[in-house]
Parts: sequence; structure tokens; C-alpha cells
Amino acid sequence: MAYSEKVIDHYENPRNVGGFDKNDPTIATGMVGAPACGDVMKLQLKVGENGVIEDAKFKTYGCGSAIASSSLVTEWVKGKTLDEAVTIKNTDIAEELALPPVKIHCSILAEDAIKAAVDDYKSKNA
Amino acid sequence: MNFFTLFGLPEQFKLDKNHLANVYKSLAQVTHPDKFSTASQQQKLLSVQKSSQVNDGYNVLKHPLSRAEHMLELRGLSLQHETKTLQDPAFLMQQMEWREQLEDAQYAKEPMAVLEDLEQELQTQTAEQYKILEDLLVSSDEQSNQKAAAEIRKLKFMHKLLSEIARKEEEWFDDF
Repeated sequence: MAYSEKVIDHYENPRNVGGFDKNDPTIATGMVGAPACGDVMKLQLKVGENGVIEDAKFKTYGCGSAIASSSLVTEWVKGKTLDEAVTIKNTDIAEELALPPVKIHCSILAEDAIKAAVDDYKSKNA
Repeated sequence: MNFFTLFGLPEQFKLDKNHLANVYKSLAQVTHPDKFSTASQQQKLLSVQKSSQVNDGYNVLKHPLSRAEHMLELRGLSLQHETKTLQDPAFLMQQMEWREQLEDAQYAKEPMAVLEDLEQELQTQTAEQYKILEDLLVSSDEQSNQKAAAEIRKLKFMHKLLSEIARKEEEWFDDF
């Protein structure tokens, strides 16, 4: 299967790989996994006082499309508020990366990672 | 298609692998298309169909994970083409840690020993999960089925990790 140029770019030069301290109250951590392929994704957001995402990091163990989807998401969420970030849809990610139908679940994984991170932040700061 | 019925086996998770292999051999023999070389066109077609069902059935039943999935499918709960993500932070954190250990193994003093330890740990954990799954599959009420499905999903991550360890071991075996 041929990967799109954008996928290859993110795969070869992933943006924002790494992590933050998950116990820090300003850090939102989203952990998700795709049972179908065994991919695991960790997305962490550094949230400022006004609810704006100042920084984002990811670590993904999976195929090129899963890595590209999470790398792209870290770029997209920066500067957005948490409420804006959760409006990012998997279809936007799939379209941007030109993912083939069999790789759509990778973009779903990235969308769910954002939601899981936001849920984590809300439960931490409730 | 109920593969348990095809193989004349009770619909349960526990299974005698030798018995399964023997049933497979005899079924494969009687359905083999070569046996029908002088038969009618229709019979030939039927034997090809039957023989491929027997092969599919054997492949599904012999591996515990696909066997469990087949049992749930027969109970109306299909895990095929599932795109729902798993969101169990503790389990996924552990997965992440194991994958990091696997990634870092190459920098260890004795990489092979690190891999073997990791494999051992994973196999112990996997065996425990299979025990839980086996108990859950004994009952066939909705709640047990859902719990069994959750266990199957987790086991898929374990098998993925184990196959990556095996691949790395093979790679390194060639190098050293």
C-alpha cells in the first residue's frame, strides 16, 4: 500500500515526539489503543490557565498512518482551547493525510486521543 | 458457519489440540478435491467448497484467540471490523512501558537477555488473561460475552507485542 507524501513526511519527521509528567495538573494525558492492529497512542497536552493548549507531545507505537495522525494532531491542537480541540474530527485528519479506507481507524485513534486527554484534564481539575 | 459443529466438537473454549489435528486430518482427506477427480462438476465444486471450509475452520479453532472470537460471533457478538478504540489507561500505560522496554533493549548490555525476560513476563500475563477469558466464555449471558470481548481486545495487544519480540529476536539472531 502506498502512503501519501504527507504521511511519509510526518512519519520521517514526526513533530512533537515525547511526553510530559502525567502527574502535573496542567498536563492532559490521553491513552488510546486500537485492538484491530494493536497500535497504542499517548497524547499529552500542556494547558495554560485560560484553557488554551500551549504545547502538545505524542508517543505512538503503530504503523505510519497512526504515527502521522498523532503527529498532525499535535500541530493542530496548539493554540486551540480544549473545547476547540475536541471538535477535530477523524475525517479532517484522514482527509489531510489522504488516508486510504483501511487506515481510517488510525485517524479515529487520534481523534479519540484528544477526547481522552480532555476528559483526563477535566477529571483532574474538577 | 459453526466450525465446532463442522469438526464435531462441543462449543467450548477448552480444546484438545491433538484431537483437533486428528479430526482435521481425516476431514481434509475425505473432502480433498483430488478424491473427486472423476465425480460430477457439481460434486467437484462442493468438495472444493467443503475443503476450504475445513481449512478455515482448522485455522480459526487452533488458535485460542480466533477460537474465542468465533465463539462470540456464534453468540451474535462480532469483533470483526471493529474500529472502536480501547480506553483503559492502566492497561495502555503498561503496554506503552513494555513497548518502550522493547525499543530500549538494543542499548542494554545483553539485549537478548532483556528480550527473553520481557517475553517471559508477557507470556505469564497472557496466560493469566486466557484463564480469565476461558472462565468468562463458560457462561453465555450478555454481560459475560461483553467481558470476554474486552479480554479478547486486550489479548490482541499482547499478541502484537509478542510477535514484535519474536521478530526482533529473529533479526538479532541473524546479526550476532
